[in-house]
Amino acid sequence: MDEKIKFTLNGKATTITVDGERKLLWVLRTDLGLTGTKYGCGEGLCGACTVLINKEAVRSCQIAAKDVQGKEVITIEGIAGKGRLHPLQKSFMEHDALQCGYCTPGMILTAYALLRNNPRPSTSDIIKGMDTNLCRCGAHNRIIKAIQDAAGKMQGRS
Amino acid sequence: MLTDEFLDIDFLDETIKMQFSRRQFLTAAGGGIFLFFTLGDMAIFSREGQASSAPQGLPDDFNAYLKIGADGRISCYTGKIEMGQGAVTALALMLADELDVEPEKVDMVMGDTDLCPYDRGTFGSMTIRFFGPPLREAGAKGRRVLMELAAERLQIPVKDLETERGVIFDKTNRQRQISYAQLAQGKKIVRQLLGAVAIKKPSAFKSMGKPALRRDAQEKVTGQAKFAMDFRLPGMLYAKILRPPAHGAKLKDLDLSAARQVPGVQVIQDGDLIAVLHKHPDAAAAALEKIKARFERTASGIDDKNIFDHLLKVAPEGKVVARDGDLQKGMKAAVTNLDQTYLDGYVAHAPMEPHVALAHVEGDKVTVRASTQAPFLARDEVANALGIPSGNVRVITPFVGGGFGGKTRNRQAVEAARLAKLSGKPVQVAWSRKEEFFYDSFRPAAVVKIKSGLTAKGRIGFWDYHVYFAGQRGGGQFYAIPHYSVIAYDMRGEGRRSPHPFGTGQWRAPGNNTNTFGRECHIDSLAAMAGIDPLEFRLLHLTDPQMQRVLKAAADKFGWVPAKQPSGRGIGVACGQDTGTCVATMAEVEVDKRTGHVQVKRLVCAQDMGLAVNPEGATLQMEGCMTMGLGYALKEHIRFKDGEIFDLNFDTYELPRFSWLPKLETVIIDNKESAPQGGGEPAIITMGAVIANAVYDAIGVRLMQMPLSPESIMTALKER
Repeated sequence: MDEKIKFTLNGKATTITVDGERKLLWVLRTDLGLTGTKYGCGEGLCGACTVLINKEAVRSCQIAAKDVQGKEVITIEGIAGKGRLHPLQKSFMEHDALQCGYCTPGMILTAYALLRNNPRPSTSDIIKGMDTNLCRCGAHNRIIKAIQDAAGKMQGRS
Repeated sequence: MLTDEFLDIDFLDETIKMQFSRRQFLTAAGGGIFLFFTLGDMAIFSREGQASSAPQGLPDDFNAYLKIGADGRISCYTGKIEMGQGAVTALALMLADELDVEPEKVDMVMGDTDLCPYDRGTFGSMTIRFFGPPLREAGAKGRRVLMELAAERLQIPVKDLETERGVIFDKTNRQRQISYAQLAQGKKIVRQLLGAVAIKKPSAFKSMGKPALRRDAQEKVTGQAKFAMDFRLPGMLYAKILRPPAHGAKLKDLDLSAARQVPGVQVIQDGDLIAVLHKHPDAAAAALEKIKARFERTASGIDDKNIFDHLLKVAPEGKVVARDGDLQKGMKAAVTNLDQTYLDGYVAHAPMEPHVALAHVEGDKVTVRASTQAPFLARDEVANALGIPSGNVRVITPFVGGGFGGKTRNRQAVEAARLAKLSGKPVQVAWSRKEEFFYDSFRPAAVVKIKSGLTAKGRIGFWDYHVYFAGQRGGGQFYAIPHYSVIAYDMRGEGRRSPHPFGTGQWRAPGNNTNTFGRECHIDSLAAMAGIDPLEFRLLHLTDPQMQRVLKAAADKFGWVPAKQPSGRGIGVACGQDTGTCVATMAEVEVDKRTGHVQVKRLVCAQDMGLAVNPEGATLQMEGCMTMGLGYALKEHIRFKDGEIFDLNFDTYELPRFSWLPKLETVIIDNKESAPQGGGEPAIITMGAVIANAVYDAIGVRLMQMPLSPESIMTALKER
């Protein structure tokens, strides 16, 4: 059944009329054209589709569109400031913390939520927080360094 | 003997048709200075051709490599694709250096069959090795052409000109200058280049040999990078296709009536292709569930446990790959023998991006955007399926989300093209993770049998090596053993039925992971029998200075302390060759004897790859290889029975995770003067053996089968 869903998407008030049972991943990618959010497994096992809902990392392939009613959704397209990359994005670039780049949006958004809840994570905190995000190219250790480095810079900034 | 001679490329009936005309290209590519290179110039093709079993029908027209635009930007056209391996960065560095421009000025146009010269595919660590040298030559020749044009314009002889960052100067008066951009303005100059031009010596490199970050990172961290699944065309539909529950299953009953009633769904049935199309991919997936289908399975009885017996039973006669000395003589002289069998099951490629294609038909022309490692092969597959000339098919390859050898075949592109033609709409076929596992061309299960013996002096006296279904790559003999024979049993290229119950294919360093596992575990066992430290034992049997050097480099970095194994320390070593590169890896592991869990604590990998064009990119590849290798060494293994695949997602098929990762250390031997060799695969080949050897050192138990799962370690500990 189509229903009206009002939410904030990457900082903008957004209203869509869709079948509320549809998964957020497909609504974002197909209806809203935000293709930075990736399909990887469809069962919440890989983290490629991670988005932020009220600043928490959520697997968008597992959540119904109706569940974002009244909430704030941020995708990879929405974390950079005006013309300025987010420190995590910069840090991933500086550390070459990616290869094919398909898991990268999910990695960055998972890290974003991790740092929000724990601004000074230890290495083992990062490993624990990122462990259910999969990467096949093997950028893991660089991702850990990129997150640590970004955490340091964000501390300095705030 | 270099393992290189056995490039394990196994193509379906490949026919190469040259449809690409110069006029067509020039129309498509706009203005500027174009540099064309005829096939005669290209050592690359004869080398690649030799390596393949079927060098027939190579293009006889020309190969275009670069364009210098009026904006001063350089476009490099290549049929290679970018799937994370970093060719987009390294190729640009090579071209920029020879042309004498900043690497940022180079735009890479990759994997577009209408714009790029023919290419067989991106695999076998061949991009830098075989495409790199002629690309550099193209750059050097391009620079020469620009200087000739400048000489005409400035009325100064070429010998008095020099170049710097895209500008040509009079050596004696640098005020007199002209930029590449100015030379290219308002022109369409076409030059075909013949004859040799010297490429730069390493001492003159400005970009090559220096670490460079990825060029594609910004697009990828912002979500702007487009993968095949990310393209949207007006009116496009998303398809979901009916799949059998098991390989070999036959469709017996079909009821499409419920699916047809789903609003907005278009149902297509065309022979074996039964699909539902909808403007939303999730709605198509839901509609697919409404199809009632009954399949009849075939009960072969083959499963992941008995597959090895099956393979040995159906194996054809072997072919001698390498032989020296006299095995009988060696056997007689041996004082202790060691015979062992090593097993390797099916492993999935499992790239994070599944197979995807978006096809649309306009008149008699079809355009397909596909996640593929072989766009020209995809083009031909689509053309064959639709019964149209290859020239009517354009395959465009955006960023590919990992390949590892699994995206050389293009079933999804054929499916999308057929459905686009049948529906009259652009159609996207994006495989679900389940489909990706089901149709993966797995790394083939294989068996290695080795008979060997030590002489009274504790040296390997003979080596009788038999490899079943892994192929020859990595099976060659580089240890100094007086009497040896290497025999490979394979059906490839003989037109016989595959021995495997489903598709298999090239998996990162095909065959070499299996061969190196067998050989290097066996060498370790012989070292233990001889009571000699495994590193020392290897060095005693090596005369190849390159391999000695990488082993010593790894040992230095690792801080290897020799000991007779098992020593309880949990350290191991393995080495090998792949795609012209020598690699040595050392590992430190911890084994939990209560659970069988193996935690790798540290990995050191040294490799000699000749010139490392981009040492940063090469390091990334080594780290990627080591990380991916943890998977096949410790956990990855496809379970199946009667053609049904049981591991269809990441819940049961576990990929390496953050918590598995050890400290990774890499050494690239400084060897700039030598030609670049393979970089994307070598460092993965040693992973099975180095971990198995370290586990043996830790707990004194040797496992003969990959992966070294906790269950197999517990079983081995109990049986000890």
